[in-house]
Amino acid sequence: MDKLKINIGNLCLKNPVMTASGTFGYGKEYVDFIDLSQLGGICVKGTTLYDRQGNDYPRMAETPAGMLNAVGLQNKGVDYFVSDIYPEIKDFDTHIIVNVSGSTIEDYAECASRLNHLDKVPGIELNISCPNVKEGGMAFGTSACSAADVVRAVRKVYDKTLIVKLSPNVTDITEIARAAESEGADAVSLINTLLGMAIDINKQKPILSTVTGGLSGPCVKPIALRMVWQTYNAVKIPVIGMGGISSWQDAIEFILAGSSAIQIGTYNFIDPTISVKVLEGIKNYMDQYNIANIKDLVGQLKA
Amino acid sequence: MKKMLDLIIVDNDQLNQNYILLKLSTTDGTVLPDMYPGQFVEVHVADSPSTFLRRPISVNYVDKSKNELWLLIQKIGDGTKRMAEYKKRDIVNLLLPLGNSFSTPEDTNSEVLLIGGGVGTAPMLYLGSELKEKGFKPNFLLGARSSADLLQLDEFAKYGEVYTTTEDSSHGEQGYVTNHSVLEKKNFSHIFTCGPKPMMMAVANYAHKKQINCEVSLENTMACGFGVCLCCIENTKRGNICVCTEGPVFNIKELKWIN
Repeated sequence: MDKLKINIGNLCLKNPVMTASGTFGYGKEYVDFIDLSQLGGICVKGTTLYDRQGNDYPRMAETPAGMLNAVGLQNKGVDYFVSDIYPEIKDFDTHIIVNVSGSTIEDYAECASRLNHLDKVPGIELNISCPNVKEGGMAFGTSACSAADVVRAVRKVYDKTLIVKLSPNVTDITEIARAAESEGADAVSLINTLLGMAIDINKQKPILSTVTGGLSGPCVKPIALRMVWQTYNAVKIPVIGMGGISSWQDAIEFILAGSSAIQIGTYNFIDPTISVKVLEGIKNYMDQYNIANIKDLVGQLKA
Repeated sequence: MKKMLDLIIVDNDQLNQNYILLKLSTTDGTVLPDMYPGQFVEVHVADSPSTFLRRPISVNYVDKSKNELWLLIQKIGDGTKRMAEYKKRDIVNLLLPLGNSFSTPEDTNSEVLLIGGGVGTAPMLYLGSELKEKGFKPNFLLGARSSADLLQLDEFAKYGEVYTTTEDSSHGEQGYVTNHSVLEKKNFSHIFTCGPKPMMMAVANYAHKKQINCEVSLENTMACGFGVCLCCIENTKRGNICVCTEGPVFNIKELKWIN
């Protein structure tokens, strides 16, 4: 199936279908439902230098065609990932990308450097866009200058494929994308969640313990698609598109708008088999329109 | 092993204006996956535009002879109201079985008490039936606001003694489950409970005081049901852990509920 292969930096994905960090655990949670080897790659749960308990309950509010979350990067830290999780998942026949987050530039760099030697982790996704942590996270991704600082620091210590995940909570996402590109990012992925909130009118209180949270799901798709298209036209590095993809048709839209690969996020909760269905749909679409190679479809939106 | 399955509605029993009992089976006669008391399923509610996420519903009962899964549902929001409209032969997509289950005491002569509140009585029916099959003589203590919220009493009676409380004294003793006289009359060694959180906390504190082993089933809101969204966490003595995978059943010793 060479016609589905796509390059992201030095990484050659067997196909453009990936799963998004924070919606796919470490992949092992899905083995009852799908054959992971069918996927181009999986982005595992956001990992930080130290253990994080995340935010208080409640962390979730359902919205029309989507949901808000305020998980706050709950994870057991990078050393636990390396010692306990990595051995369990390293033999999955797909590319494992670790999503890396931090509160300081030093944390990001240290966390990335501890992943550098893992043979079966060919790349990381730098999360400078989490809206649910008080320090760091999105703060780094909302100015071109601070985004450049983080990417530069990580690039110095991380040799393999470096993807930078961008926040949509900015005035101009292309500025941040260009900053990441100029500091050596191999690709950008977008969008992370949109900052939102929900209110319980009976209690007259916010539903989420953190008041605000990150909006995801089909409701964000038009915004994500627009930002992917803008970013594709602003940078030379590959764009990995995501935001509300819930069908193969959505995936095709993202590819036409300029995504070299796509990530499926929230919809994995609704249909844990959606990723393989999307892949099947992409193949059928390529057959139907006689598209010889997926690369021929990337960014081919007609003006 | 967890599965995503299309099941067929065999019956939709409208118990009263607020509750329904859905009976589902496989479309092709294959045997339903093994399910244990305390486990739950995630129902995909099609044709309800405002219902985006699946709905987690407790296993109410598994009729193994008829190959039926029963789900007791309270009509609360758009999703559950849509489910109440399901007709015979409709197809519903489910993830199942999810979560852990209630434990089984070692001694079949021990007095076990199953306490349910409102729609939280649902998993107690299956637990009671399984305990009876293993040789126990379960006691059920079911509490509700009013008699209209006390459900499946005839079913419960098949598997053990049934005691009830209602807040408006329309059925059984008046008040809350933790005030029921049976608590003083029998010497319980195990309590299993599911219902509103304030009720379960009161039961947990009672059990702790009396040194009775106690397991509770939590209903924290969740997005996925299989341990990836990390939304349904409970702050336990082991830190924040997922109710959907490490629960929904917890021994009260693991929780931070005791005053």
